[in-house]
Amino acid sequence: MNLARNFLRNTVHSSQLIRSFSSSSSNALKVKNEVKRKRELALVGGGTKRIEKQHQKGKLTARERLEVLLDPKSFVEYDMFVEHRCNDFGMDKEKYYGDSVITGHGLINGRPVYVFSQDFTVFGGSLSSVHAQKICKIMDQAMLVGAPVIGLNDSGGARIQEGVESLAGYADIFQRNVLASGVIPQLSLIMGPCAGGAVYSPALTDFIFMVRQTSYLFITGPDVVQSVTNENVTQEELGGANSHMTKSGVAHFAYDNDIDTLLRTRELFNFLPLSNKDPTPIRECDDSPNRLVDSLNTVIPLESTAAYDMKEVIYATVDEHDFFEVMPEWAKNIIVVGIVANQPKSMAGCLDINASVKAARFVRFCDAFNIPLLTFVDVPGFLPGTSQEHNGIIRHGAKLLYAFAEATVPKITIITRKAYGGAYDVAVMGAQGAVKIIFREGKNVKDKELEYIDKFANPFPAAIRGFVDDIIEPNQTRKRICRDLNLLAGKQLDNPRKKHANMPL
Amino acid sequence: MRAIFFSTTFRTRLILQQCLISKRLNSIYSPSYGPGNFYHLDHVDLNESKFDKILIANRGEIACRVIRTCQAMGIKTVAVHSDIDHNSLFVKMADEAICIGPAPTKLSYLNEDAILNAVKSSGAQAVHPGYGFLSENTKFAKKLSDHNVEFIGPSSESILAMGDKIESKRIAKKANISMIPGFDGEVNDVEHCVQISRDIGYPVMIKASAGGGGKGMRVAWNDEEARENFKLCKGEAASSFGDDRLLVEKFIDNPRHIEFQILGDKQGNVFYLNERECSIQRRNQKVIEEAPSVFLDDITRRKMGEEAVQLAKAVGYYSAGMCTVEFMVDSQKNFYFLEMNTRLQVEHPITEATIGIDLVHQMIRVAKGHSLRFKQEDIKFHGWAIECRVYAEDPYKAFGLPSIGRLTSYKDPSFIPNVRCDSGITEGSEISLYYDPLICKLTTFGKNRSEALTTMAQALDAYVIRGVTNNIPLLRDIITEERFVKGDITTKYLPTVYPQGFKGKMLNDQERLSLTAVAACVAVKSSIRDGSFKNMLRQTVRSLPKTYTYEILLNDKKVLCHVKASAENKQFEVQIDDNIPVFIDDNFKLSDHVIHAHVNNEIIALQLFKMESTGNVTLIYLGTKYELRVLPEAAAKYMSIMPEKKAIDYASVLISPMPGIVKSVNVQVGQSVSDGQEVCIVEAMKMQNKLTAGRAGKVKFVGIKEGDTVEDGKILIELE
Repeated sequence: MNLARNFLRNTVHSSQLIRSFSSSSSNALKVKNEVKRKRELALVGGGTKRIEKQHQKGKLTARERLEVLLDPKSFVEYDMFVEHRCNDFGMDKEKYYGDSVITGHGLINGRPVYVFSQDFTVFGGSLSSVHAQKICKIMDQAMLVGAPVIGLNDSGGARIQEGVESLAGYADIFQRNVLASGVIPQLSLIMGPCAGGAVYSPALTDFIFMVRQTSYLFITGPDVVQSVTNENVTQEELGGANSHMTKSGVAHFAYDNDIDTLLRTRELFNFLPLSNKDPTPIRECDDSPNRLVDSLNTVIPLESTAAYDMKEVIYATVDEHDFFEVMPEWAKNIIVVGIVANQPKSMAGCLDINASVKAARFVRFCDAFNIPLLTFVDVPGFLPGTSQEHNGIIRHGAKLLYAFAEATVPKITIITRKAYGGAYDVAVMGAQGAVKIIFREGKNVKDKELEYIDKFANPFPAAIRGFVDDIIEPNQTRKRICRDLNLLAGKQLDNPRKKHANMPL
Repeated sequence: MRAIFFSTTFRTRLILQQCLISKRLNSIYSPSYGPGNFYHLDHVDLNESKFDKILIANRGEIACRVIRTCQAMGIKTVAVHSDIDHNSLFVKMADEAICIGPAPTKLSYLNEDAILNAVKSSGAQAVHPGYGFLSENTKFAKKLSDHNVEFIGPSSESILAMGDKIESKRIAKKANISMIPGFDGEVNDVEHCVQISRDIGYPVMIKASAGGGGKGMRVAWNDEEARENFKLCKGEAASSFGDDRLLVEKFIDNPRHIEFQILGDKQGNVFYLNERECSIQRRNQKVIEEAPSVFLDDITRRKMGEEAVQLAKAVGYYSAGMCTVEFMVDSQKNFYFLEMNTRLQVEHPITEATIGIDLVHQMIRVAKGHSLRFKQEDIKFHGWAIECRVYAEDPYKAFGLPSIGRLTSYKDPSFIPNVRCDSGITEGSEISLYYDPLICKLTTFGKNRSEALTTMAQALDAYVIRGVTNNIPLLRDIITEERFVKGDITTKYLPTVYPQGFKGKMLNDQERLSLTAVAACVAVKSSIRDGSFKNMLRQTVRSLPKTYTYEILLNDKKVLCHVKASAENKQFEVQIDDNIPVFIDDNFKLSDHVIHAHVNNEIIALQLFKMESTGNVTLIYLGTKYELRVLPEAAAKYMSIMPEKKAIDYASVLISPMPGIVKSVNVQVGQSVSDGQEVCIVEAMKMQNKLTAGRAGKVKFVGIKEGDTVEDGKILIELE
């Protein structure tokens, strides 16, 4: 076992120290002082001046971040005395204990977590080979132990002085990100620059947090963009939190500053299991599962085309209105968090490419970590148009279908109003569209439309055929979901064994 | 037209619901003092002849109010409603419901033909108009009598005489009733308005002839304001009452608004049911009312009451049922006739609570031809009643600008003894742009004023409203404010007591300490709970810290808080800076709607409005919402490093202060505007609100056009 070996090595190391101590008391004292000195040096990273500079940018240092993220006094550090091994370009004269990353483990609300925090004050947080090794070590341990990894990214990129050795380090981290995917939750916090190849480590993890104004995530920076495409763009426009939250859909969460981001990470962490072998955490709660939600009786407007806020349905249904929304600003037409819901308030809640991708990714995360899925459906169908078709709505829409079909966790679907077309066959499509197809040359189109509404625009056809299990009063929603979730906790379903499936990526 | 019919099961449930409601009417309203029964002066006599079916041509709380009495009298009810009201409480309470049109009032609640059709199709024998809408519409009353349907209220002739302000003034003058100097004729145009105003002498009041309820009423202090307000009033009068006639009168300084409730029958009895003081107003719209008035002595009361009756009789007001004579009373107890309302007033519950009469019951009886079964001598005050109008509006903006939204959570305090809630909404109801933003008329009563006020404070503290901004902060502050408690009030009360506008309750040191301590306890409880997993076998056994340390920020002031949590005593010991430790019982749950915290053995009520993982805790205390930031030690240490959020430059952008409809946009991109220049008018709840530029500059962006519906907080216009 890797882990055991590591621990063993540590023990041997310290016993050797003890032996050498006993050989001469003066030497022992010297070593003791040396440890103390080096530790103190390690604690200030790149030195007070650079710390000052970091603060001026409105950013915390790597250590301060861990202090806010983890339970008080729970952080246990590894590899504090590691030094980089580059002797070129005068690098041998500039060494910092621990190099440009701090690694270890700690607790969040008493549950274990592995962390690495890149130290921008040391060589701009650049990734050296030992930096990569330190990260790999905690990732290996996290896999063995079965505990999540949270990475705090604040790095200028590869350590140029080290050349390919640094790049190899990225490869090692990517490999571990991929292997850990679906085994332990991996969270990435972008708290400074993260550019070039470095972006792919966060991109491979489950959730990306960004800090507004102080974090950037891009493959090529504004200078390169300028020289290659002549585009004039700022860092913030190119890869700031806003761009990734609203346009690219790369980031899942963004907050105003380091502290908010770290505290929100603690909040999300409480929803996650430690690994795919651990249960989804059940926390104490004062909200009765039998609570009737009367406000749901009136939330859906009379007209089938009128918008309403699906989040109101969710807030009213979940425990104590406690709802942590993933990607609140991207593909707003779909809302996710253990819950996937169409949002009629945005684009009538129809499914487009972004919504499909957002939901599919989340569904797969939940399934990987045994988090039951609750789906609120109110969907007029897929979004029509050349832009959608030409950009591959077939391919992307298939992802959503695939993700749901592949998921073996308990799945509960609540149709709040309508489910047309690809969504679910409560009706194949809305009455107007259907009438146009069935009666291409009818005169009394309105009558036919009413006939179709009578026949299909109600839950009975689906209920008669058993496609929906029950028609419930809105205020019973929470009660029913709680009962069913309880029952379905015992659900066991295995998909056929395979090397891996061929998802329509 | 579309009728909604209920299925049988739904009906059964409704009947059950109605039984509960009528039971509530008798049990919950019974005061814990005086003659016992709430309506003790005249009980419902089920053997008396009555209408079989009454249609209520109104909506919301007043429709519910009328339906309740009909139920108690065994009369079937018909609700008429607009399409967006299909789910409303009054629709569910009524025996039948008929949809009379789309949301805008002109097409539904003011749609006389649709309502007449509903009357015919339902076979209702009488129509109760409630207040507002068609309650003082002579044409409608006439149409009903042409169809042999009883209009519950005065005859169309009486409305014509009394409801119209110009006409009623002429009559009052003839009857020697004390009058405010003014012009008793119609104002023709802007310049005519200015001329009249000069004749009377500024300040003057310009108001809609058909108006009431503060709509279409404005004060002018000079020619310029007279011109401007004439235009605004005219617009408001037209959209609110469909009648844009205006009148002008002398504006009296430091007046009290005291009104007398009059009740008459067709046999010629006319009595006054004493007064209501409605001096607490904003923009001439009542906010808090009480009965009796602290200001009146028995002699003045009798003088005013008799004059009110005399006026009613002088105009042949004997078949009227009910009306209210409003007076303005100056500091010397001189009183001036203001206007007469020939309808059930919004604030009637305080009269009911103190006199012991169900006014709706009497209106219905009188309309049926029965005579009143009591005499003037029977009318006495039993205790004190106070009514707070809980509105969906933001009290921090001009003492209340309308807000809209869905009531995601709603718990009224009617479970508290001596509290009455007249409300037409339930959890999940929508407060829309189209109608009055009234959430509830909250009435409390007691042996005396201080008892009623204490109960009011409890009721407001226990009132849970989420999803819609409301004016409870203001109401809660007024009822404990020194001048109000002394009874030293005028219609100028709000601008006098809050010259800078309402800014929320100003906490004293002790209150601040209590609030901070509770916030700290909430943080401790939340921190403990965050680590309390039921199924985490691998969770490291947590040795909970003995002391929790937080830095708490409230209104830009930071304090350090040490909380010792004692599981045995179920108590927190909170040390804030170097203050004496505060002890708080751990007797509440974080999900409680109302937290009754025992702070140093005193009970205070708070509501936990919001709590975020970032340490933002919002607590409602003494009516006001306080945003605190409770940060654990580590985070607090570094907070000063965090960059400050850029604040919006409010002088350069014009933000819609409330949801509404854009009535006019007076500027274009590129145009120069001066500081305070009117740039657009947004109409909400029938109030036209003039929005002005915050500084001089060039218009950079105009985000609206006439007729747009805007949300609260939308950027309307930006300056360069």
